[in-house]
Amino acid sequence: MSIDKTSTPADESAVENPEAASAAVTVVDPRLLVREQGFAGYLGEFKRKMKSGDLGSIPVVVGLVVIWLIFQSLNSNFLTAGNLSDMSVAMVGTGMIAVGIVFVLLLGEIDLSVGSVSGVAGAVFAVLAVNQGMNEWLAFVLAILTGTVAGALHGFFFAKIGVPAFAVTLAGLLFWNGFMLQVLGDNGTINLDSEGVVAKLTSYYFSDVAAAYGLAVVVTAGYFLSAYFGNRRREAVGVPSRPLSEIIARTVLLAVLAFAVAIVFNQYKGLPLAVLIFVLVLLLTDFVLRRTAYGRKVFALGGSVEASRRAGINVTAVRISVFAISGTFAALGGLFIASKIASANQGAGAGDLLMNAIAAAVIGGTSLFGGRGRTWNALLGVMVIISIQYGLALQGVASPVQYMITGGVLLVTVVIDAVTRKTQKTAGRA
Amino acid sequence: MVHVSATPVLALRGVSKRFGAVQALTDVELEVHAGEVVALVGDNGAGKSTLVKTIAGVHPIDEGAIEWDGKAVTINKPHDAQNLGIATVYQDLALCDNIDVVGNLYLGREIRKRGVLDEVEMERRSRELLDTLSIRIPSVRIPIASLSGGQRQVVAIARSMLGEPKLVILDEPTAALGVEQTAQVLDLVERLRERGHAVILISHNMADVKAVADKVAVLRLGRNNGVFEVKSTSQEEIISAITGATDNAVTRRAARTTGEVQK
Repeated sequence: MSIDKTSTPADESAVENPEAASAAVTVVDPRLLVREQGFAGYLGEFKRKMKSGDLGSIPVVVGLVVIWLIFQSLNSNFLTAGNLSDMSVAMVGTGMIAVGIVFVLLLGEIDLSVGSVSGVAGAVFAVLAVNQGMNEWLAFVLAILTGTVAGALHGFFFAKIGVPAFAVTLAGLLFWNGFMLQVLGDNGTINLDSEGVVAKLTSYYFSDVAAAYGLAVVVTAGYFLSAYFGNRRREAVGVPSRPLSEIIARTVLLAVLAFAVAIVFNQYKGLPLAVLIFVLVLLLTDFVLRRTAYGRKVFALGGSVEASRRAGINVTAVRISVFAISGTFAALGGLFIASKIASANQGAGAGDLLMNAIAAAVIGGTSLFGGRGRTWNALLGVMVIISIQYGLALQGVASPVQYMITGGVLLVTVVIDAVTRKTQKTAGRA
Repeated sequence: MVHVSATPVLALRGVSKRFGAVQALTDVELEVHAGEVVALVGDNGAGKSTLVKTIAGVHPIDEGAIEWDGKAVTINKPHDAQNLGIATVYQDLALCDNIDVVGNLYLGREIRKRGVLDEVEMERRSRELLDTLSIRIPSVRIPIASLSGGQRQVVAIARSMLGEPKLVILDEPTAALGVEQTAQVLDLVERLRERGHAVILISHNMADVKAVADKVAVLRLGRNNGVFEVKSTSQEEIISAITGATDNAVTRRAARTTGEVQK
């Protein structure tokens, strides 16, 4: 796309500004993106994005619906409130780890140690709280900090020493797994207090129906108000704003989803504490990534390290911090997983946990090549993975087949990613 | 050479730079005034990039002096140059493909309100800046990846203007650009001059130099080889100064001019 330099500067404001565009439509370079007025313009923009391969979360949402329909047709127990509620609690552990993976993937790097680090967190908590009799909250904080420190160490070797992240975290995978076995000692398994802080993470439900509905109301209203007042401000200073109809449409869609989820939870045991924490974490991390200077730096590093350095960004510090964040969320996820089985054992953090966490981030739509993704991707991706696990378990399918199917889904996602990237390249949007 | 009465924004006096055994720059003189476009030309290896990097603070000078607004200054790191008001747009533009135009313009100097990015204010100011420079791009909210080479170049130049620099250094801004895009960038260079910025333009393209530059400073083998008024100099004269092809009137004149500057 190119610029018509013969047009007068006066119609610059026409770009993306519906009113001015209609007034100056004859002067505006037809190659510029001029959005039509109102909701029609929004639809037009949406179609243009689709054509140019800017699919966003659409493939994974469609995929999730298909998966649910298939499993529901195979077994009518799949879409029951109980099963859906169990699934949403079970996904939080892997989902937390995937949130950390999204941060690392945004840099265009990978963290292979998250599975082992999550195991370490569970073991550290169990040993401190159960064996040493430490205060549970203190043990909880220390367990999380162990993950932060482990991540920061990986980040140090990657950012300061210059070892590829793949190699550092591969070493971390082995080291922290060994560290966990060492910490657990000879017993191998430590059972957690079933009324303790960590056990409550996944066993506590807000049985009052007001909790789930309240969360739905708060989320919906919060979205609407921030979008509405953000838009008012944009209008006030004269930068392009979204039509009110678009905001209302998005709010209605969000409200339908939020209340549907709330109804499902309330039909079973109520709003699970784990889900509440996960939603808060997603809101917080999304805010940090998209609304703070720190998040901007993370995206910038994923786009171009050289550009970031020249813009005065402390590349080393951001890299170390991102790996520390990854370690922190790995530890948090590890505690949720320990909570689910109410024990810390030698198998924690092993098996398919690492691959599921990375797969969740990627399936959700985070690019493996850095600079593209949101933490909400972790939610969508982990929903896909947990749905497949639970659906196949309901069918009594053994785990070898589960692995193969999850692998197949991951492959399909990466193929979609690669194909849309190609389309985006030809449309000049990659 | 015409003597401009005003103090030059930037003046290099007898600047030398060595890299090990290589003498990259020897006794180089250069003056740039406000509202003036000085083209820096020379063959590959003539020392153009090294000279620019000494001004931008990437390579500190070994000998000589740098004067800024008539006062001697030392530029040891890129930060020093930025603080003086020197903005450099390198050939590789250093933009992030995945971030939109507003994000790139404000990368590393985001406007914050209570710790949160003030996107609205950044977008408003970005549009204002692009308007004043008459830069036209499809939207300030699309990623850099969607822009053409020329549009990326003007965004990179606009980015350098955010700090209201007194001197803008453009390293081959029209290399690898098409005809129309080159014209856009040259238009922008002229607008910078109109706004009173001093501009150093590095280029291999004589047509571009003739089109926008006021003066042409020729470097050859790390030394001055003449400073020419663009209006009164033919392209052939400049080229022979660049190549040092013959010992003719041009090179003798060049030697004379260099002598004058050194006085």
